[in-house]
Amino acid sequence: MTRLYRFARNLPAGILMLVTLALPLVVQGGGVPMPDVPKAKRHYSADSECVAPVDEMRKNHMEYILHQRDETMHRGIRTPQFALEECINCHVPENTEVRAGNPEHFCSSCHTYAAVKVDCFQCHADRPVKQTNFHPLTSGRMPHHGSDISNNQESLSEETLLVLTNQGGKEE
Amino acid sequence: MSEKQDNQLSRREFLSGSTAAAGLAVAPGVFLTLTAQAKPAGQPVSSENRWGMLIDSNKCANGCTSCVSACEQENGWGSANPTENKSSPEQKAQWIRKVTLRDKETGHVQSLPLMCQHCEHPPCVDVCPTGASFKRADGIVLVDKHICIGCRYCMMACPYKARSFIHEDLQDQLPHAPRGKGTVESCTLCVHRVDRDSDKAVPACAEACNSEGHRAMVFGDLKDPDSEISRELKNYGGEQIRADLGLNTGIRYRGI
Amino acid sequence: MKPVMHYSEIEGRSTGYYGLLALLGAIIAIALAATYHMEHSGHWVTGMNNQVVWGIPHVFAVFLIVAASGALNVASISSVFGKTAYKPLARLSGLLAIALLVGGLAVLVLDLGRPDRLIVAMTYYNFKSIFAWNIFLYTGFMVIVGVYLWMMMERRMNQYSKQVGMVAFIWRLALTTGTGSIFGFLVARQAYDSALLAPMFIVMSFSFGLAIFLLVLMASYRWTERPLGDAMVQRLKNLLGVFVAGVLYFVIVYHLTNLYSTRLHGVERFFLLEGGIYTQLFWFGQILIGSLVPLFLLYHPRLGKSRTMIGLASVLVILGGLVQMYVILIGGQAYPLVLFPGKEVIEGGFFEGSVATYNPSLWEFLLGIGGLAFALLMVAIAVKVLRFLPNNLDDAHVDHHHGAEKAS
Repeated sequence: MTRLYRFARNLPAGILMLVTLALPLVVQGGGVPMPDVPKAKRHYSADSECVAPVDEMRKNHMEYILHQRDETMHRGIRTPQFALEECINCHVPENTEVRAGNPEHFCSSCHTYAAVKVDCFQCHADRPVKQTNFHPLTSGRMPHHGSDISNNQESLSEETLLVLTNQGGKEE
Repeated sequence: MSEKQDNQLSRREFLSGSTAAAGLAVAPGVFLTLTAQAKPAGQPVSSENRWGMLIDSNKCANGCTSCVSACEQENGWGSANPTENKSSPEQKAQWIRKVTLRDKETGHVQSLPLMCQHCEHPPCVDVCPTGASFKRADGIVLVDKHICIGCRYCMMACPYKARSFIHEDLQDQLPHAPRGKGTVESCTLCVHRVDRDSDKAVPACAEACNSEGHRAMVFGDLKDPDSEISRELKNYGGEQIRADLGLNTGIRYRGI
Repeated sequence: MKPVMHYSEIEGRSTGYYGLLALLGAIIAIALAATYHMEHSGHWVTGMNNQVVWGIPHVFAVFLIVAASGALNVASISSVFGKTAYKPLARLSGLLAIALLVGGLAVLVLDLGRPDRLIVAMTYYNFKSIFAWNIFLYTGFMVIVGVYLWMMMERRMNQYSKQVGMVAFIWRLALTTGTGSIFGFLVARQAYDSALLAPMFIVMSFSFGLAIFLLVLMASYRWTERPLGDAMVQRLKNLLGVFVAGVLYFVIVYHLTNLYSTRLHGVERFFLLEGGIYTQLFWFGQILIGSLVPLFLLYHPRLGKSRTMIGLASVLVILGGLVQMYVILIGGQAYPLVLFPGKEVIEGGFFEGSVATYNPSLWEFLLGIGGLAFALLMVAIAVKVLRFLPNNLDDAHVDHHHGAEKAS
């Protein structure tokens, strides 16, 4: 039965891989323009552009995200390296009006091209959201006392995000 | 301002894990206390803990809905997510709600917040056909929306009406509280806070109640005999709503 | 002379036949459009909400699933209980069982919040969930009845049909128990928490399934101009009467047990006296129109002979059955959860302590009726493609056949 789970779970990934492999054929044959993938905001580390080699990420990002998804959901493991939230934080501009359905969105740029539908963004944020969850020690600034939130958000996000995305073997 | 700085840095510490943290320590006192007990981000939750809450209905102020609005803000539902605007009030999500009761005999009026009771034996988990409704090792009951098919059987089974089905497309969800059309959701006991800050975490509702000065909600580890919640329960007791069902709820009440 | 029962495909070239297909097809198309609307917009366009989470689609779906296992009864009576008079009807019985089940499941699936994730429902199982058991019970039912049909329709396999029929009979009992338990195991809700629901659902399945069977049988024999004798019809209508009375008996026992328990007085008062629409539906829909009037029609010495009246009684049993499902499903959810015994809710943030409202939308009805139409369309096509219907069911054939089987 486990085998069956795995098969079903890997099915979309497998299909995507086939599609990716078939890309050159399509490009040669049909002359569809290559997707214009928006650049990331920063490098993950001095050695690596992304959280894993770029080729690997292009091919297998869904495996990493899927694995992380179950780890986070069921076991409470919240390491940022392969978290979808961090993909979005780095690859999608803040306050952008380019939302998930738009072919200019980082994820959609490729997925539109490869004709692979993702449903991540029916539930997940499709652009960076400034953190509104508070550290307990900052209590006193209440979430429903609106004005304080915005102040705090401003000061938190850029810096925190930077630290978050640079984490994973790298000191600041 | 300097305090804020400190807090941010110590929060970075949790997020970046304890080993890489050392070089970043700026506020040693705060930092050390916290990292000494916090669960590193890469470590799974364990059944050594069971998170729960004790709600004292005598301290819960009639008319105060701070816990509800704090939850809305924290998790991006209700007034905090204006994109859920087509659903009727009966259809809208409601993670936590305030209830005011009157004793039919004595006329005693009391109020209390009601949300997912994080049962040890959750009926919603029993009935879910796909296992999307599940209980974590540390006792928090969640919905894995990735495998939720939206059958709503869990909502039929829940004795507390704690769960909501999303009736329309949503946008602008918060990264730590994904929610979307066609799936079921409920109180997560602010699981993102618990995971990040471990035993120093306080759910948004309890935090709001404290800062309003009511202190009606005590959050903590039911398996740690020294935690405030365990001591309170041991010394003064606490009741479960619908204890007759034998679900052993993680949320306990006093004065009901 | 020893008349042999011959089966044949219906010709299926008449305007009436194509008209029937077109009509059913149109209903299904409308249902699919309604489904698309509901799924595309989200469930906010329906009357279902976070208080009444299952609505009209579930009323239809559960009705069809329950009726499906009941439709198999005619076949079971012939092969399990050795009443060979029913044997000629066994094939249609099996066909109708599969068709109704597929129709009901289609409705259930199309109402899911995420019907696109059906693959998830089939690959992730929580074996403690009655729903998950039911997925196996339903698919198993289709396979077993499929095999049963094969044993009956393939001459070389005839010898095994009794054994397979026995398996199918046990399986359908398990299936209806599972369906009843979807509600019976819900301890949280006062209207559902009863072991009586499972056997009650079984008797309901006998009654609803046979009513649909009778209608399909009479209609197909009239439209194809094949002879259908009174002997057969009378047998079936007497059986239907017994089943309708059986359902009534269970309903009475269910409410009597509840009335004996003080804890449940509130919910009983709601259903029987003060529940507004649910009380009216219970007394007028379920009891009067769905039970008493059909009993009167079926057992009346003169009316009970009339095909029209038997047909009318069957229709009323079906309508009464749908109403009964509505009362159980929707009424059971509308009655508020009792969280604080001895206390009244004077203010609640989420419709606390008050009877929940449910105003079904047109879309939900369209989807539900679409499920029934889909089941009937499958039957209509199947009887044209394969030999389900006996050529002749006149009294001589039925009785002779009966005798012949006995002798052999």
